[in-house]
Amino acid sequence: MENTAVQDALDRVDAAITNLHLALAHNDNVAQAVHAASGGVIDPFVFRLAIFVLAIFVGYYVVWSVTPALHTPLMAVTNAISSVIVVGALLAVGISASGLATGFGFIALILASVNIFGGFLVTQRMLAMYKKKER
Amino acid sequence: MSINVASFLYLVSGVLFIMALRGLSHPTTSRQGNIYGMIGMAIAIVTTLALARPSLGGFGLIVLGLAIGGGIGAVTARRIAMTSMPQLVAAFHSLVGLAAVMVAAAAMYAPESFGIGTVGDIHGQALVEMSLGVAIGAITFTGSVIAYLKLDGRMSGKPILLPARHAVNIALAAALVLLIILLVTTQSYAVFWLIVIASLALGVLLIVPIGGADMPVVVSMLNSYSGWAAAALGFTLGNLALIITGALVGSSGAILSYIMCKGMNRSFISVILGGFGGETAAAADDGIERNVKLGSADDAAYLMANASKVIIVPGYGMAVAQAQHALRELADKLKANGVEVKYAIHPVAGRMPGHMNVLLAEANVPYDEVFELEDINSEFAQADVAYVIGANDVTNPSARDDKSSPIYGMPILDVDKARTCLFVKRSLGSGYAGIDNTLFYKDGTMMLLGDAKKMTEDIVKAMDH
Repeated sequence: MENTAVQDALDRVDAAITNLHLALAHNDNVAQAVHAASGGVIDPFVFRLAIFVLAIFVGYYVVWSVTPALHTPLMAVTNAISSVIVVGALLAVGISASGLATGFGFIALILASVNIFGGFLVTQRMLAMYKKKER
Repeated sequence: MSINVASFLYLVSGVLFIMALRGLSHPTTSRQGNIYGMIGMAIAIVTTLALARPSLGGFGLIVLGLAIGGGIGAVTARRIAMTSMPQLVAAFHSLVGLAAVMVAAAAMYAPESFGIGTVGDIHGQALVEMSLGVAIGAITFTGSVIAYLKLDGRMSGKPILLPARHAVNIALAAALVLLIILLVTTQSYAVFWLIVIASLALGVLLIVPIGGADMPVVVSMLNSYSGWAAAALGFTLGNLALIITGALVGSSGAILSYIMCKGMNRSFISVILGGFGGETAAAADDGIERNVKLGSADDAAYLMANASKVIIVPGYGMAVAQAQHALRELADKLKANGVEVKYAIHPVAGRMPGHMNVLLAEANVPYDEVFELEDINSEFAQADVAYVIGANDVTNPSARDDKSSPIYGMPILDVDKARTCLFVKRSLGSGYAGIDNTLFYKDGTMMLLGDAKKMTEDIVKAMDH
């Protein structure tokens, strides 16, 4: 009689523990699902898009603060920095196996470096001319 | 170098580019900003080299390319005349556009170097980004070449209106969309080059109908395009520096286009559709007898020497005549006589944003004597003399008073409110917009007919007497 009661109690504890394990395992699954949905495998495109959109906003506010007197140097310097496309040219020349790709990369490299050097130097030349009134 | 460190360094160079633009908010911080830009570019290049680890031969080729391009760029930057700045900027835009096309072509033929797949099996998403980059780049290239030819005077500034051009442009744009879809499905080189050819044609057709007076908008717009092309390739390459820069340049050009359109009171669409602002058109002849008061350099010298405040209004004509140095001499002479001298700049004066400011700076005019339209317009009423040199449409009072005028609503400099308006002009023809300037017939206006530079020099000489 007593034995069966103890046995019964133990069985119940066992069942409870099993349930707990199941519940924990379930929680783990949920956690994994949440992890996967949020941070685990975010598409790099979404990350790049976020940077892109934020940079547009930064550009918007920064450019509005540029004084109209410096709009020509602004165009020259944006020209120079957009030649950061040279990184693509460097990859093409540096590691391409195909001869054609190296050729295209080399042309892009020359064009972009004309712009980098030309753009920054002409900006510097212009900016050096802006002087304050001598008092 | 690990890809994470490289990404971080690209981010740093992106931030340095932002600081380069930020520096331009004031002339005193601008030079520092330009140096930030150079550092950012150096970081991007060194990072890429460390990441790519080119072979010795590859490294040699890179150094050769940088040396050739850098040499050409440095010599051009040193030699170019300040008056040719609009042409130079247009030419530089075309280089960015062509470089974008070439980088995309390299990615098409060697996708594994860029980590976007293998030949014949490039990721679809990368192909879409790439074809957008190549299309915008090619449009920027030919568009900028046409803009360069027009600004450099190698091609007439007149709008060239082809029959059914809107239909042709729409058809080309639709064909581009189809070709991009076809490229993603077939990965064919032929389709890739068809996209390039269609975009090159579209670039020519878009800019050819736009007239000389609208060039400030065109140059700003192409600036914006070169940015978007860079950004699209930044997505393909997964490069943060390129994405950030593309977004910055794209929005910068868009804002400048907006400011230019507003300065002319024209919508962006109407500028793109083109057909406005050729060379001098015939003045409207409405049969009314009108009197023009003509003056000489001596008259002008007398009026200015006895004035207490003179406002100088330069325009594109000053750039053409290279009159900025003579103008500075005139201002110096007036200042020595105790006359207060200021300069007033209309937002669309010249052929690109800020064109006049650069020319005046070149002639050593201090930037704190040069004012924008909204800051100085109220001062014309207190000025004794407004000296208009090479500007025309931006001073036309009919933009303010005459609702039937094609330029009605355009903000103008109120030079007619000055006691006397001295107007230097080669002849009595109308301006680029082809509109008769009613200012010529006002009582307070004295026309000084002649070359802007020669007239200014004559006035300086007359003052010595």
